[in-house]
Amino acid sequence: MEKVIKGRVWKYGDDVNTDVIFPGKYTYTVNDPEEMGKHAMEDLDPEFTDKVEPGDVIIAGKNFGCGSSREQAAVCLKVKGVGAIIAPSFSRIYFRNGVNNGLPLITSSEVQNVFEHGDTIEIDFEAGEIRGDKGTFSFPPFNEFVFGIMEAGGLIPYTRKRMGIDA
Amino acid sequence: MPKTFSEKILAKYAGVEEVEPGSIVEVIPDVAMSHDNTAAISKTFEKIGVDKLYDPDIHLIVLDHCVPPANATFAENHRQIRTFVKKHGIKNFYDINHGICHQVMAENGHCLPGTIMTGSDSHSTTYGAFGAFGTGVTRSETAVIMATGKIWFRVPETMRIHLTGTFKDGVYVKDLALHIIGKISADGALYRAVEYDGPAAHRFSISERMTLTNLAVEMGAKVGYVPPDEIVYNYLEGRAVKEYEPVFSDEGCHYDEVLEIDLGTIEPVVAAPHTVDNVKPVGELEGEPMEQVFVGTCNNARLDDLAVLAHVLKDKTISSETRLVVIPASSKVMIDAMRLGYVDSIVSAGGTLGTPGCGPCMGNHMGVPGNNEKTLSTANRNFKGRMGNRESEVYLASPHTAAATALSGRITDPRNHPVDWDAIREELQEATLSPVLVKA
Repeated sequence: MEKVIKGRVWKYGDDVNTDVIFPGKYTYTVNDPEEMGKHAMEDLDPEFTDKVEPGDVIIAGKNFGCGSSREQAAVCLKVKGVGAIIAPSFSRIYFRNGVNNGLPLITSSEVQNVFEHGDTIEIDFEAGEIRGDKGTFSFPPFNEFVFGIMEAGGLIPYTRKRMGIDA
Repeated sequence: MPKTFSEKILAKYAGVEEVEPGSIVEVIPDVAMSHDNTAAISKTFEKIGVDKLYDPDIHLIVLDHCVPPANATFAENHRQIRTFVKKHGIKNFYDINHGICHQVMAENGHCLPGTIMTGSDSHSTTYGAFGAFGTGVTRSETAVIMATGKIWFRVPETMRIHLTGTFKDGVYVKDLALHIIGKISADGALYRAVEYDGPAAHRFSISERMTLTNLAVEMGAKVGYVPPDEIVYNYLEGRAVKEYEPVFSDEGCHYDEVLEIDLGTIEPVVAAPHTVDNVKPVGELEGEPMEQVFVGTCNNARLDDLAVLAHVLKDKTISSETRLVVIPASSKVMIDAMRLGYVDSIVSAGGTLGTPGCGPCMGNHMGVPGNNEKTLSTANRNFKGRMGNRESEVYLASPHTAAATALSGRITDPRNHPVDWDAIREELQEATLSPVLVKA
C-alpha cells in the first residue's frame, strides 16, 4: 500500500449505490477484473472509465456503496487505479469490500464541500492528511486490525500470511 | 451490565466475557451462505492455497440468481459450482429447483435463534426474523471462511424500533418497512443492529418478519432482529436442522436510538425511483402508468403475498396496458399457491408465471424492462439500472398495491380493491406445506 497518493478529484453525491458503480446484470457474466474496470460507474458517469487515471480520488456524499454486497463494485474501482474514496460514511458491506481489496476508504465529512471535480489533491495515509490548494484536512486513523488487512494488500494476502502460506 | 442481543451473541461466539460496541471480534459462524456467486468465491478460495474446507458443513449454497440459466455463461457458472460442491462434500446444496436462498434456508430449518449466519448477499439480514444474527458479507470473506472458518465483525450499536397497534386495511409490513426507511433514510441505521420489538412485532407471521428484516439493510443496518417467540419455535418444530438456544437483549440494555411506531398510523406507500428512501404515500403517485408489475423476490413473494394478489385478481383481467410477472419465492410456495388455486387466479387474469428464483430483480432475466418503461415491483431495491436497463424506472410497493396496479395499469391505491383477510387466513391455515404463514 502506497503511503502517499496524488490525483484528480471525481465528485459524486449521496447514496452512490453498487448498481450504478457496477451494474447487477454483469455480476455473473463479467469475471475478469480488467473487464470489470471497463464498466466502473457505468450507470452514473459513463465518462469515468475512459478518463480516470491511477491515483485519482473519488469524493462523494454519505452512504457510499449502499445496496448489493457485490465485491466487483470495489474491485472495478481498484483496477482502474482509484487511490482512495473519501465520504462522510460508507455502507458497511462496501466498507468491508474496500478493506478486503486494499482500496482505502476514508471517512471524512470535511472535504466534501471544499474540493471540486478536477482539483488535484494528495493523501498521506501515514500522517492521516488530505492536502490540496484549498487546505489540509486530517482524518482519523484506521482501526489496527483493519489497517493490517489493507497493509497486506487485502484479505486474501492477509489470510495467506496468517496461515503461514506466505512469509 | 445489561447487554444487547448483538453484544451477547458476539461475545459468546468470540469466547470472551463481554464486548463493547466498536470493538472487533472474530467468530466462526453456524452458516455461511453463498449462491450463484459461489463459482467466483471458489476461485478466490483456491487463491488462498489450501486444499480443504475448514468445515464443509458451515457452507450452504443455493442456486437462485439466474435459474434455470439464461445462457451459456450462467450455465457454466452453475456447472463450476456443482463441481466444487461435489469435490468438497458440501451437503447443504440446493440446486436450481428450490427457490430464493433466504426463503429456501427458512423452509429447510437452517435459520435458527441464537446462531450467527452470514451470507454473501446483502439481504442476509433476513435471518433475524428467526432471532439469528444474520448479516451480509463479501465474496472474499466467504472464501476466507472456507479456508479458516473465521470472519471479523465490528460489534454494532443497537437501534430499537418498538411496534404497537394494528394495521388499517390495505396496509402491510412492506408499507411499515418503507415508511421507516423513508423516515430515517437509506443510511439511518448504518453499521447498527436494529431490534424490532413490541406487541405488534410479536404478532407478525414468519413471512411478515422476513419482509421486515430483509429490508433492514436498505437503511444500512448490519442486522435486523426480532426477538424469537412461540411463532418462531412452532415454525421450527420438526424443521430445525439442529438444536438452538435463543439469545435476547437484557432488560435495561443500552439502545443508542429508540423509535416508537403505532401501526395504525401507517398508510400504503410507494418508494419512487431511484432510491429506497424516496417514499411517498400511494395517493401522491396514483395514476402513474406502469408498463410492468412484478410480484416476486425475497422480500414479498411468499404464500401470503400471492394470496392477496390472487384474491384481488380472481375473475378479473389485468389492464392491456401492462404486464404482470409473478415469481414465487420458492417451489414450496409455488406448490401451495397451485393447491389453493392462486396460480389459476393469477394466470387466468393475465399474469405470467416464472420459475422460483430471483428473476428480474437484479436484471438477469425473466422480466427486464424496455427503455422508458416503468415497473411497480414488490422487491427491495429500485436503484437506477437495477432491473437491467438504466433507461427504466422501478417503484416499490406491497403485493396488494401491485395487484391493484396490475388491474388498472396505473399506480392504484390498494384500498380500492379490498380483500377478505379472514378468508385468506383460513386458506393459509389449511395449506399443508407452509403452516405458519398467517397474516398477523
